[in-house]
Amino acid sequence: MDSQNQVRRPVAGIGNTEAVATPERPAGDLMFDIRDLSVFYGAFRAVREVTIPIRRNEITAFIGPSGCGKSTVLRCLNRMNDLVSSARVEGTVLYQGIDLYEPDVSATEVRRHIGMVFQKPNPFPKSIYDNVAFGPRVNGTKRKAELDEIVEQSLRGAALWDEVKDRLRSSALGMSGGQQQRLCIARTIAVKPDVVLMDEPCSALDPIATGKVEDLMQELRTEYTIVIVTHNMQQAARVSNRTAFFTAEVSTEGDRRTGVLVEFDDTQKIFSNPADQRTENYVTGRFG
Amino acid sequence: MSATIDLVRPTPAVDLTARGGWRTLKNRIATGLLVLSFLVVLVPLVLVIGTVIVKGAKVMGLEFLTSPIAATEQRAKGGIGPAIAGTLVITGFATLLAVPLGLLGAIYLHEYGGTRPLAKAVRFMATVMTGVPSVVMGLFVYVLWTLRFKQAGVGGSLALACLMLPIIIRTTEEMLKLVPRELREGALALGTTKSRTILTVVVPAALPGIVSGVLLAVARAAGETAPLLFTIGAARQVNWNVFSEANTALPSQIYANANSAFGTAQNRGWGAALALVGIAFVFTIFARVVSARFSLKR
Repeated sequence: MDSQNQVRRPVAGIGNTEAVATPERPAGDLMFDIRDLSVFYGAFRAVREVTIPIRRNEITAFIGPSGCGKSTVLRCLNRMNDLVSSARVEGTVLYQGIDLYEPDVSATEVRRHIGMVFQKPNPFPKSIYDNVAFGPRVNGTKRKAELDEIVEQSLRGAALWDEVKDRLRSSALGMSGGQQQRLCIARTIAVKPDVVLMDEPCSALDPIATGKVEDLMQELRTEYTIVIVTHNMQQAARVSNRTAFFTAEVSTEGDRRTGVLVEFDDTQKIFSNPADQRTENYVTGRFG
Repeated sequence: MSATIDLVRPTPAVDLTARGGWRTLKNRIATGLLVLSFLVVLVPLVLVIGTVIVKGAKVMGLEFLTSPIAATEQRAKGGIGPAIAGTLVITGFATLLAVPLGLLGAIYLHEYGGTRPLAKAVRFMATVMTGVPSVVMGLFVYVLWTLRFKQAGVGGSLALACLMLPIIIRTTEEMLKLVPRELREGALALGTTKSRTILTVVVPAALPGIVSGVLLAVARAAGETAPLLFTIGAARQVNWNVFSEANTALPSQIYANANSAFGTAQNRGWGAALALVGIAFVFTIFARVVSARFSLKR
């Protein structure tokens, strides 16, 4: 953890909230409004009644112990949970005022607007160029000049261009883990989404690569809204504007544990003066 | 100087030298058994290939490969041209029937079917079909097609396709199962439709395995004798048209010549066997090259 602090450039201190309410970004400008969201896998309730407002051009972090449902909530934001056939959602997820779970909303269309970066870097076994161009091609961009432009912009946006510009045609699987993860970020922003969801994007990376991805998140924040799930509390403190702390509690409906939202607030408040004792125990390392 | 240092070397705190005795012996026995079984497996393989090459080489030559089939068994002349042509067109047509159906079937089963009743039924039928003896398949097609339409080549192809189909379906489905979930999710998270994800990511990622499965099926079909016994008849002249009457194939020639009492005919049987092995070999190389060309970069 300390080594991660050492390699970080001083981009964000704890509770970097300077973006919260500027004239360009009024505090009320919500990207997502998650209300009373419950997620079931079959009869089992994995997450109970979560309510989180997520603001535009901010970084919102979900933290909490394993099995607390933070990834499950994240995967509801771009309907990735649809891939699990037993998954069922109650409550509403409003995205710019539209309920993502309305019957006439297409999950494919949702994912065009809300991109996702996964825990394990998952580049396609294609060339670096083809990885970044995949999304634009799927969305109908065919002209080579246009694709070249998008690929360069996206790779620059992911701070990867200088490292790979001479080997765009070589396989993405030959890159290091950190490069692969930044390639996945480039691939995500190549389709020009509004939101980038990140599911523990640095958990497979070393501290140096983590630092690069965190710096990148700060740059991306000006254009995108970012929601990040992380196990690393220092990371949440360093990069996010607001933090949601989840925990798992023994469900009244069975003996399996259900995830609940304990507290959602400015990152600074969560880490320095949390309202809930459980949050304090967790962020100070006295988790119990 | 160095001598004194040697003298005062302290006794080591721990003994890190290999422990002798039972553990080492067990390791040696196991290694020995592995090498032995490898050699045992190698014996039939080398013998089969070696015998086919040595005996087949006696008659092998361009003339043998292109000449029509001998009218009488004891004559030394005559070749297997019609049988090669028959094997190529009959197996080729069977491949044409079985590969698209098998691939689409497997994609349906794995990507769309899941545990739906239809998918379960198809999967069950495919498993049952794997177990049907090839001679039964030949008889079935003979009664259903060859007797009725008099198209010997197509009959043979149908019988072979029925044998290939379950192999292709099962291996392709297994290969699709091996494609990591992360790859699908990566594509879907970019707003890619399910069908496009399958076409551009899932199938290319599974392609080398799928090609191996198809290859296995084609090689098995090319070597099948039983389904062709009833269906394709016996031709002595080259017949490239699968929709016409009698044809012949390499396995049929091997079977017929091996049953002969005349050495000349037996030699022709070995020659046909060598040609069949050669075709399988060329086909394998070709499929590997194609698969390397079209699969995703590793």
